[in-house]
Amino acid sequence: MTLADAANLHTFVDAFRFIGDHPVFLLQKAAEQLELSGAALAIAMAATLPLGIALGHAHRGSGIAIAASIVGRGLPSLVLIAAFLTLLGIGFVNNMVALAVLGSGPILTNAYDAVAGVDRDTVEAARGMGMTWRQILAKVELPLAVPLLFTGIRVAAVTIVATAPIAAIAGGGGLGDIIVNQASYRLSGVLGASFCAMALSAAVFVALGGLQSAVTPRGVRRTSVNEVPERKESL
Amino acid sequence: MMGGGGGVVIPSFGHGDSCVTGDHAFCWGWVRDHWGDTLGPALWQHVELTLIAVGIGFAIAFPLALLAHRFPRLEQPFGAFSALVYTIPSLALFQLLVPFTGITWTTVEIALVGYTLVILFPNIVAGLRSASADVVEAAHGMGLTRVQVLTRIELPLAMPAIVGGLRIAVVSTVAIATIAATLLPDGLGYPIFLALKEPTPFKTEIYSAGVLAVALAIGCDLLLVGLRRLVVPWARASA
Repeated sequence: MTLADAANLHTFVDAFRFIGDHPVFLLQKAAEQLELSGAALAIAMAATLPLGIALGHAHRGSGIAIAASIVGRGLPSLVLIAAFLTLLGIGFVNNMVALAVLGSGPILTNAYDAVAGVDRDTVEAARGMGMTWRQILAKVELPLAVPLLFTGIRVAAVTIVATAPIAAIAGGGGLGDIIVNQASYRLSGVLGASFCAMALSAAVFVALGGLQSAVTPRGVRRTSVNEVPERKESL
Repeated sequence: MMGGGGGVVIPSFGHGDSCVTGDHAFCWGWVRDHWGDTLGPALWQHVELTLIAVGIGFAIAFPLALLAHRFPRLEQPFGAFSALVYTIPSLALFQLLVPFTGITWTTVEIALVGYTLVILFPNIVAGLRSASADVVEAAHGMGLTRVQVLTRIELPLAMPAIVGGLRIAVVSTVAIATIAATLLPDGLGYPIFLALKEPTPFKTEIYSAGVLAVALAIGCDLLLVGLRRLVVPWARASA
């Protein structure tokens, strides 16, 4: 079997032709997927950022942060989506909640690590200068925590956008609608939508990388944004 | 493309007692009846999918990491590449490989191996780097060759990070392998897909297969923690 035989080449040409023929439809589906992902990310951030920052500031509950990182990886997205479908019914809400749970792990873990990891001497020095705990949090800990904290958000965002196509099996819409429906869209549509889903995730990854360098205070810009956005497992 | 096509007999409802036909929250009877023909085989396939993927992934990542350790300039391009691979939606990756390798286990395994590489490679490289420069220097001073430094100092010190990488790789592979069911009627994802295709999603099947998948991930993780105790006896403190 040769990998690049004519039939295969043809398949991919057809896939790109599908993209060329249905740009509006695909954009609409991509927008649907972004909407679902954005809502899920917003909920995940609202639920876990304050908790992670508070725990990190208090240097308490590292167990929760570690558990969140393990749970975040070990929960299969399909299981989450199916389980929430049985609880919340088919549609937008169940997928949003499932994806939010999926994104919570990296946000919580990194928020905790970022704030708790701020050099103790620095915090002591700030306290010695007479700063209140609010000032320490706002002026010392949070600015120093931004790179790692934002990395967590970025990992969560990419995880959510990359998982969102699966939501199509539970009425979530998006590009996944096309990918799981070969009967209607044929292989060319499935592959075309797959390419679009890939491009969408990569675009979110790159865009948030840019945003990350923009929001990182100048004084703490030393970590490269192009590192693999992966929490180094603490051992 | 979902599942194995139209001809499959959907086993979900079976002979159907009142609990099953009424789709109550959880029916132990259904689990007992269908362990042999549905859940058991799916669990076993899932274990196979995972073991093959992590095994091959490790066999590729380990020599690559040794190379990157020896020639540090190789690490940067691989790091950037793997960050990109990690953003590819699994659902899309499975489909994009179909024109090359068809609807086969090969397709599923190539995708799963790809994801394990992204996790294993950086962990092994970081592990190999964890020997402090002084220690390596001292070893050279004692007359150890480069290979001896690797096998007697760097590799033993890298063990915690390597096992740590394996833990993440196994747990994520168990999770991603459920998506393989979009392509093949195998693994714990398949019963869930069948349950979702019922007119009303069949809860017992979703919950039982879901719990099995999560339990499998936790079980593998605990096994690797045990392995860590064996290969890193000097670091008993934290798991």
